[in-house]
Amino acid sequence: MPNHTIADILRGLEAKTFSSEEITQQYLNAINKHDSNYNSFITVTAEQALAQARAADAARQNGSAGTLCGVPIAHKDIFCTEGVRTSCASKMLDNFIAPYNATVVERLATAGVVTLGKTNLDEFAMGSSNETSFYGPVRNPWNTDCVPGGSSGGSAAAIAAGLTPAATGTDTGGSIRQPAALCGLTGLKPTYGRVSRYGMIAFASSLDQGGPMAKTAEDNALLLQAMAGFDHRDSTSMDLTVPDYRAGLNKDLSGLKIGVPKEYFSEGLDPEIASAIEASLDEYRKMGAEIKSISLPHTHLAVPCYYIIAPAEASANLSRFDGVRYGYRCENPKDLDDLYCRSRAEGFGEEVKRRILIGTYALSSGFYDAYYRKAQQIRRLIKQDFDEAFKSVDIIAGPTTPNPAFALGEKVSDPLTMYLEDIYTIAVNLAGLPAISLPAGFTKGKPIGLQLIGRDFDEITLLAAAHQYQQRSDWHQQAAPGSV
Amino acid sequence: MEWEVVIGLEIHVQLTTKSKIFSGSSTAFGADANTQASAVDLAMPGTLPVLNEQAVKKAILFGLAINADICRDSVFDRKNYFYPDLPKGYQTTQMDFPIVGPGIVEITLSDGSTRRIRVHHAHLEEDAGKSLHEDYHGMSGIDLNRAGTPLIEIVSEPDMRSAEEAVAYLRKIHSIVTYLGISDGDMSQGSLRCDANVSIRPKGQEEYGTRAELKNINSFRFVERAIKTEVLRQIELIEDGGKVKQETRLYDSDKNETRPMRSKEEANDYRYFPCPDLLPVHVEQSVIDELLASMPELPDAKRQRFEEEFGLSAYDAGLLTGERPVADYFEAVASSAGDAKLAANWVNGELSAALNRENLTITASPVTAEQLGGLIQRIRDNSISGKIAKQVFDALWNKEGDSADAIIDSKGLKQVSDSGALGAMVDEVLAANPEQVEQFRGADEGKRKKMLGFFVGQIMKASKGQANPGVINSLLNEKLGG
Repeated sequence: MPNHTIADILRGLEAKTFSSEEITQQYLNAINKHDSNYNSFITVTAEQALAQARAADAARQNGSAGTLCGVPIAHKDIFCTEGVRTSCASKMLDNFIAPYNATVVERLATAGVVTLGKTNLDEFAMGSSNETSFYGPVRNPWNTDCVPGGSSGGSAAAIAAGLTPAATGTDTGGSIRQPAALCGLTGLKPTYGRVSRYGMIAFASSLDQGGPMAKTAEDNALLLQAMAGFDHRDSTSMDLTVPDYRAGLNKDLSGLKIGVPKEYFSEGLDPEIASAIEASLDEYRKMGAEIKSISLPHTHLAVPCYYIIAPAEASANLSRFDGVRYGYRCENPKDLDDLYCRSRAEGFGEEVKRRILIGTYALSSGFYDAYYRKAQQIRRLIKQDFDEAFKSVDIIAGPTTPNPAFALGEKVSDPLTMYLEDIYTIAVNLAGLPAISLPAGFTKGKPIGLQLIGRDFDEITLLAAAHQYQQRSDWHQQAAPGSV
Repeated sequence: MEWEVVIGLEIHVQLTTKSKIFSGSSTAFGADANTQASAVDLAMPGTLPVLNEQAVKKAILFGLAINADICRDSVFDRKNYFYPDLPKGYQTTQMDFPIVGPGIVEITLSDGSTRRIRVHHAHLEEDAGKSLHEDYHGMSGIDLNRAGTPLIEIVSEPDMRSAEEAVAYLRKIHSIVTYLGISDGDMSQGSLRCDANVSIRPKGQEEYGTRAELKNINSFRFVERAIKTEVLRQIELIEDGGKVKQETRLYDSDKNETRPMRSKEEANDYRYFPCPDLLPVHVEQSVIDELLASMPELPDAKRQRFEEEFGLSAYDAGLLTGERPVADYFEAVASSAGDAKLAANWVNGELSAALNRENLTITASPVTAEQLGGLIQRIRDNSISGKIAKQVFDALWNKEGDSADAIIDSKGLKQVSDSGALGAMVDEVLAANPEQVEQFRGADEGKRKKMLGFFVGQIMKASKGQANPGVINSLLNEKLGG
């Protein structure tokens, strides 16, 4: 069933065109048959999925169906799933069976989803190309010589390849939006605090946010509805009413003020991406929006700021992987230091170790003020840029990435160039804002992403703006060449 | 040279919350290893801390008790180091913005003088688990039941000048936290633990000497011994031309010595930074006001009240108010006995001696306050003499009866005041001692008084202590005078 959306599947299930068990089986068959081309799944939970599908069919029969009852999806393998390996794409957790469910997993299960399996990612979500996974790189269904983006590259590739209609992702510096852009999908990073982080293995706690990835804005709305909301187990989740996102999709956007930061169109941006974004802005003009040029003057500081704060937090967050209680432990440690050093040296990959070292350094006595404290100050300036901009505009638009999907191996030896791929997405995490990436064209057969950034907790305007654009465009309906 | 000792204490106090500071697990002591460790306590991937409001309130109560400023927006930090009993690889604690700011604790020394010790701050943090190095055949066992138990760490200024002052300060902190009911204060179970920073300097010198930090001192007695031992070590070292090294030393109570910890046991750079999983702890003034209103009477106030209300000596009042259970016990005895001074004598005397002898705390006393009060009533109404009272007390202690009255009855210890029965006894004694009677009659007033004691003693002996001494005296005077 190529190009099925969640909305399509729900209609089919309601009309009894097919059962959940039938479509679940079809997706499992597709994964089985085609995922060797993409490597988008780390773990496929076929038996469990079919059992869930049968239960969903029964629930639909007896009228107790949740909002997403019987819809198959996949979880990024960073969300803990009870009784199922939760690896974070690391050798460190290759043997880790989570003893509990993440709040996101639990809430989606309550809504009735069927979980096909756990998708590949950059190890501990550290990467922009899905090449740092212990389970090998993921390939982009639009061009299998190219990366799908990262870190939620497995989720993106699986959807683009038609192996699942939707998936969860996490976004610390662009990890939902960048792979969504590179794989021609719609992906939303909610406002920090909108979706519980409980059970989502932490990379950088003050930046991490889980969110949906799917083909359409409508599907994003359906998923976010189930995922969002206060969780007493996460002290940083916000106790706010969750609006009806699907009902908001068609809200009147006439007079919407869209700010376009001049800094997002400077050097380094692929010209074809620039013109695709311009074209989409024209479309918004036609829809009655007002396009304004704005400035986010501290944009150039976002990447360096991020690469202090995220690794600093990560250096502490990853200390728990010490070979003592769970996860990888080296063979025959001769003493405690040896146990620590070799378990971590052997269990973590290069990029993870690089970031632990950067973060440890940035927090060291004598360097703290120059790096960590300074980065926190810059973070406030970046947030102020957005606050200032949102006084005169409702949303901010620009490219999601400066380049389309790049070749596997092209940037892996040059971390700095790789880090710059996130130049438009990173500031959003630093400011805690919601942002969505949606398909806005192609360059040389590769998808282009348009990023819309919103005010705190104003996901509904982003979803509406994306949805109404998708009513007038068909970029999101294009199928990757090899897709099922 | 004359040396001055400078001591500062860091006291860790476990708070008596039902659940841990960042998880819902129980904090009860003594459960099977790792049965009170949830996914959060085990630092399972993806778990997050949620602050226990009760721990915050208890910390604030302590701050209010020492007249400290309460930080309205305190912040939790991560203190990074690796150790197997520290599951997250960092301890969640407070560094730059602790919940309790500077405060004052007044201590009383044995000579009755008082000193004010400044508290630099007190912060909230989580306890680590325990590493068990025995019984694992060359490996170590980890018990994470204690991991995440809420602590306040109370950091004093270097204001103490002797081991005695340090012990008095520690006792005062113990007294305050147990009065507040925020900790059980049980040092044997590690509910209250103490590290001491000790240095010496030539008397009169302003600048501090280099300090050593003594770890692992787990009783009041050891605090005194550890400090004295360390002071002697430092004096000898310096007088022999050596220098004190700034280091962490372990106190070994078996050998009564301090020795440096292996350097690997000392982490150098903890890389503190604000914990991004926890928001700053904002405390409303109304919460502080409520806690102030709920504050129980503290030891200093209670001591003053005991002196004023019961007319007790400063010494007795001090003994009775050092620990809240003792004060509560005393007040119960006093109210049931109807005589506070007698109650104080018995609690500080016979009861305290018996408890010490059997190494019991007052809450484990076999004699209840009610029973002791009942006993004192019988002394007051002359049913028994002080001497018999001690017998009754022993019988109560040994659970030979439910009340003083029951024991007095069953053992027939009631004082005999009947002048008929006693008159016969007096006659017998006088008849058996004709020489003494003669001497008495020939003696002057002063000598007679002394000799009267002899007859009283003989009669008490004959009555097995049960004769009412007042009645005997008047009978003797009557019969000898004739």
